[in-house]
Amino acid sequence: MFSINTLSPSRSDYLLATVLRLCAVLSGVVLLLVVVFLVQEAFPALRHVGLVRLFTDDSWHPTEGLYNLLPMLWGTMLVTIGAVSLAAPLAILSAMFCQFYAPVSLARWYRRLIELLAGIPSVVYGFWGLVVLVPMIGNLHPPGPSLLAGMVVLAIMILPTIALLMEASLAAVPQEYLHGALALGLRRWTMIRNIVLPAARSGLFASAVLGVGRALGETMAVLMVCGNVVQIPHSVFAPVRTLTANIALEIAYAFGTHRSALFASGILLLLIVLGIVVVADAVKPRWTYGE
Amino acid sequence: MKVGLVQEEGRTWSSYTTSSLPSDTRDAHICAAQLNVWYGDKLALHDVTLAVDRGTIAAVVGPSGCGKTSFLMCINRLTDMIPRCRVSGALHLDHLNLMSPTIDVLALRRRVGMVFQKPNPFPLSVWDNLALPLKEHGVRKRDELRQRIETVLREVGLWNDVKDRLGHSALALSGGQQQRVCLARALVLSPEVLLLDEPCSSLDPLSSGMIEDLIVSLRGRLTIVIVTHHLAQARRIADSVAVFWAQAGAGWLVESGPTQQIFDSPQHPITAAYIQGHRG
Ligand SMILES: Nc1ncnc2c1ncn2[C@@H]1O[C@H](COP(=O)(O)OP(=O)(O)OP(=O)(O)O)[C@@H](O)[C@H]1O
Ligand SMILES: [Mg+2]
Repeated sequence: MFSINTLSPSRSDYLLATVLRLCAVLSGVVLLLVVVFLVQEAFPALRHVGLVRLFTDDSWHPTEGLYNLLPMLWGTMLVTIGAVSLAAPLAILSAMFCQFYAPVSLARWYRRLIELLAGIPSVVYGFWGLVVLVPMIGNLHPPGPSLLAGMVVLAIMILPTIALLMEASLAAVPQEYLHGALALGLRRWTMIRNIVLPAARSGLFASAVLGVGRALGETMAVLMVCGNVVQIPHSVFAPVRTLTANIALEIAYAFGTHRSALFASGILLLLIVLGIVVVADAVKPRWTYGE
Repeated sequence: MKVGLVQEEGRTWSSYTTSSLPSDTRDAHICAAQLNVWYGDKLALHDVTLAVDRGTIAAVVGPSGCGKTSFLMCINRLTDMIPRCRVSGALHLDHLNLMSPTIDVLALRRRVGMVFQKPNPFPLSVWDNLALPLKEHGVRKRDELRQRIETVLREVGLWNDVKDRLGHSALALSGGQQQRVCLARALVLSPEVLLLDEPCSSLDPLSSGMIEDLIVSLRGRLTIVIVTHHLAQARRIADSVAVFWAQAGAGWLVESGPTQQIFDSPQHPITAAYIQGHRG
């Protein structure tokens, strides 16, 4: 990058750069404050209960001094993994359809529809899950509110976003590759499988990671359909409680160490997201082949 | 349809050209008559009538935006993939009617290779760049793949450069080498026609010269249509030249004929001025 000085900018350039820098600093400070606040609030729990007991206690009964977060951690992980593994393949198919198979006019309408879906508030998806999906699952295998319901609702919720992002990464594959492939008489599917998907894989991967982030943080929809029983589920039909749902359910009446433990679970969520970002960055497929 | 008419009255349309066609049109490999190309409502190519003999090199020259690329893309039906692009008129490859909606375009594109202005090797290894089209068209045996890939890489003069790194990314090669990979990729399917869209325009003189030599060495074996902005290059390598021009946004064919004739005794004032301009 050029430094400001070498470009000898005009006054307005300088002003803009200063404003932008201030904004960047501000957002950094806000993040830092959030972390400091979380740690401060979680500190009593970490001191009185200790890190180890947060994972080894017999159960989560804060009123009786038992603080095991593990079942909720499992709940969060399973719901998220399930939702993303349901949504990602569908999103790829949707993106391929929109980009390579649908006629131009249909693709335009289809894209608008997905944009619309991506804008629906999560509570509406939760509502749908509660009224339609949960009874269906209940018929299949009682009780109904379950890990499966959470996975499906979350998957449907993150699907539009991932699909849009994935389509954008397919669209970013240089036209020259496509022309080259078509001029060689490659079939459309050969072109997509051998050229487009490999070329777009880092973008596709990043889209899925973003979906993971959204699924992890989602609270309302999962709270409405998962049953919220604190347990490590033994089947997809068992009710579960996620970390986020736990915070939302209990923060209103929690005090003392209990309240502090909820903040500790917030830190745990933060660490998971951080871990995913780091891992995703490390295993991210490269844009070009073999370089 | 007009198409049938042209085929039956094979010679009638030659009167549309401003000068005589390269030679007897019944031998022509590629035959275009009153070819029009529209992008939406915009006429990009108007009434082009042109024949290219089998095994010869035809150069297409003209200013930017006069429809040279559009003309090439009709011959391998790449126009199909451009939304709102429409082609009318008659176009034949041998006896195959290229205007027919029912022809097998994949088979056609196997017979008609194309190299683009900007080198566009796939973001795969050199080997995969060449093996992909071969596999797609039914060559599966590893021995045969290897042998055909080696042959074609030798032909484009790239074998010694890349034989030890066939597994490396083609994007790691220099621009000239990349363009030769693209040429190899087009040749590996043994096409009968090769369309070259300004293949040397982004290359240095040395790489450009290598590609030019290669094109000349293919004379007789393939029919080549090359778009070029270098009149000198057209003069050196082409058997016949077609001069396109743009008027009110629509491209049209000013004049076509044997190279010698176009350069030494142009019939049309535009051709004369164009050639003059490049001389002066
Ligand atoms: N995909 C497209 N959509 C709309 N118009 C197009 C498209 N491709 C080309 N055109 C138009 O058609 C005309 C001819 O374009 P073409 O690319 O065939 O010209 P060209 O002779 O190859 O030019 P150049 O020498 O710059 O490559 C131009 O006016 C161009 O704007
Ligand atoms: Mg062009």
